[in-house]
Amino acid sequence: MTLASHFSYWVTVLLLMVGLFIVMARENLIKKLIGLGIFQTAVYLLYIAPGKLIGGVAPIVGGQFAVYSNPLPHVLILTAIVVGVATLALGLALVVRIKEAYGSIDEDEILLMDARDDTSPEPEAKDG
Amino acid sequence: MLTQHFPALLVVVPLMAAPLIVFARRSLASWLIALLATAITFGIAASLLAQTLSEGTLVYAMGSWEAPLGIEYRIDAAGAFVAVIVAAMGLIVMPYSRVGIAAEVRSEEHYLYYALMMLCLAGLLGILVTGDAFNVFVFLEVSSLATYVLIAMGRDRRALVAAYQYLLMGTIGATLYVVGVGLLYLETGTLNLADMATRLVDVGDSRGVLAALAFITVGISLKIALFPLHLWLPNAYAYAPSPVSAFLAATATKVSIYVLMRYFFTIFGATEVFDARATGAILLGLSLAAMFIPAVVAIFQHDMKRLLAYSSVSQIGYITLGISLDSVEGLMASAMHLFNHALTKGGLFLVLGGVVLRCGGAGFDRLAGLGHTMPVAAFAMVVGGLSLIGVPGTAGFISKWYLVSAAMHEGQWWLVGAVLASSLLAVIYVWRFVEVAYFRAPPADHPAPGEAPLSMQLPALAMIAACVYFGIDATWSSEVSMRVAEVLMYNPGVGQ
Amino acid sequence: MRLDIILRVLAKLLIPFALVFGLYVQFHGDYGPGGGFQAGVIVAAAVIFYALIYGLPAARRVVPTEMVQSLMAIGVLLYSGVGIASILLGGNYLDYFVLGADPVSGQHRGIFWVEMGVLITVASVMLKIFYVFAGRRRDAEEAEE
Repeated sequence: MTLASHFSYWVTVLLLMVGLFIVMARENLIKKLIGLGIFQTAVYLLYIAPGKLIGGVAPIVGGQFAVYSNPLPHVLILTAIVVGVATLALGLALVVRIKEAYGSIDEDEILLMDARDDTSPEPEAKDG
Repeated sequence: MLTQHFPALLVVVPLMAAPLIVFARRSLASWLIALLATAITFGIAASLLAQTLSEGTLVYAMGSWEAPLGIEYRIDAAGAFVAVIVAAMGLIVMPYSRVGIAAEVRSEEHYLYYALMMLCLAGLLGILVTGDAFNVFVFLEVSSLATYVLIAMGRDRRALVAAYQYLLMGTIGATLYVVGVGLLYLETGTLNLADMATRLVDVGDSRGVLAALAFITVGISLKIALFPLHLWLPNAYAYAPSPVSAFLAATATKVSIYVLMRYFFTIFGATEVFDARATGAILLGLSLAAMFIPAVVAIFQHDMKRLLAYSSVSQIGYITLGISLDSVEGLMASAMHLFNHALTKGGLFLVLGGVVLRCGGAGFDRLAGLGHTMPVAAFAMVVGGLSLIGVPGTAGFISKWYLVSAAMHEGQWWLVGAVLASSLLAVIYVWRFVEVAYFRAPPADHPAPGEAPLSMQLPALAMIAACVYFGIDATWSSEVSMRVAEVLMYNPGVGQ
Repeated sequence: MRLDIILRVLAKLLIPFALVFGLYVQFHGDYGPGGGFQAGVIVAAAVIFYALIYGLPAARRVVPTEMVQSLMAIGVLLYSGVGIASILLGGNYLDYFVLGADPVSGQHRGIFWVEMGVLITVASVMLKIFYVFAGRRRDAEEAEE
């Protein structure tokens, strides 16, 4: 139970916190997405690190190897990475559309414009 | 024998319909494919429910690799029950969509709408049918990604911001869930849910398991929109195209609630963690807060869609209240309210979709005098509203009745008062609509709109009628809910 | 013609090798690290590289947008089609054992087509994302004209 023996967990937690902090504290929509990316990356580490055995090789059976790393976490995280890429692409696409519709990617400004829309009877159309 | 493949086909049919629709391109052709696929999916779901009720759990080894080596699909009465709700809602929304999206989505994007609906359906059904913890995450993201895009299709530019906010919070929720699953994997060495439940008993009350419980609970609660993690929901429902609002309100949060029930009772239920750490008490507090605070917020809304969205957050509180009681009666009430609220809220959003089409918005200034201009729609809204309140003779009453009796069974008499008081708040927000629709003159500037097109009105009225039907004859729904509760409670890790 | 002749020549030299390397990663996936995901990204990267050097319109002439969109669907259909085929041959969904005369050749055949589906979908989705982002302003201007 020393700090060093749980090194990967400490890094995981640190990355989780850093990512979440960026998502919450930044107003810029793209920076928020970057934070989200860091947040997700932390999970990749959580899965991958315990799957590695020191001295273990890729689990392709061969006569000269005895110790293999666990391949399952890698497969899982490959899937998670794909999901992460899809999320990021979709998030960025939304930001592009938001920029076109509002002329800004600053959350405070956008919320301010929305508040004005709420009070005025005719909200602006998306393509306007 | 095709029946034995039904657990896989439940997901595969809508999943294959999506690329076919992308090929079809044409609005009409893609609608026909989507309609056919949802009809088949509903048939499969209904047959699965019948099978699970009579035979118990169905297990299907993907690629013939037996669990725990391969991924298995495992569906029991609880999963099949929610699957029927989801598939039925899909089947009702599809005929409605043809006209319903014409005004809100550009015609060259119609096929994308149908393809995304199919993906969303496949994802939601996948969560219900899979027996693998990581698979749940994948399907959760499949449905969520489709949902974000569907919401962003809304006409108002605020739909984009709503979709963005949901994307952030939904991804955080899903990621927290994966952290929880990762910790469980480290503790037990398996991702198969049934296997995990058995092995967790041996692991006992370790800190890792406790952390996993916390991560999974918070992650899924974000997806459920459990108060105070509900911030994405009102805007998402308010600015999404009407059929999407109806579909999501009736299905997305319900499926997440199923996942929470599954983890609480089937996975962690077998261990001491759940009882020892007062999870129930925390959930009880949050449920009570959810029943009151969003209901009060709903009263002060000026837009019917937002009002219904806040009401959804408040109604979710009832469902989690049943879970927090940690008894078969409570779970049964939860399952029942899950079904009844899906009917009620789905129906209300469908009716409202027709109104929005005719009046050009759901703001109260637009809805004024609706009782005179669109009498059928206004009446249907009121009936749905009565079910939200829980007036006898509607579906909402039945589930609140079971909830109250479950609370009394646990000796928690004061909860009866809480449920009643929260229902009074519902009376106020439903009254706001009645007041606007019947006691205000229609705005002079817009002409009498007339009722919604038949293809929108019939599905909507069918849902509202079902609300009343299941309020009068609750035999089927109560029997199935009881089975669902028993399966969740007493069948931890069926495979032992 | 701007002074980017080195880039243009190098690109012409590199792109074929990138494509072949993509295919190597794809087909070697049975025996070593590799597979559809990685190969798909490499193939898409080759086309994106071409688009960066020669411009988006040139890339769209080689790989048209409509084709990319169809390929996205074809890949998914191929993948799920393998599953349906194994049901029709009497196995479970995605059961490769029934696809060939003996289990080993069945597994080979199954994973080959599934990975092919993954390659097609991943490559076309990556391209689609690139096209949509890169062509956003250009397409909007064309629509206005």
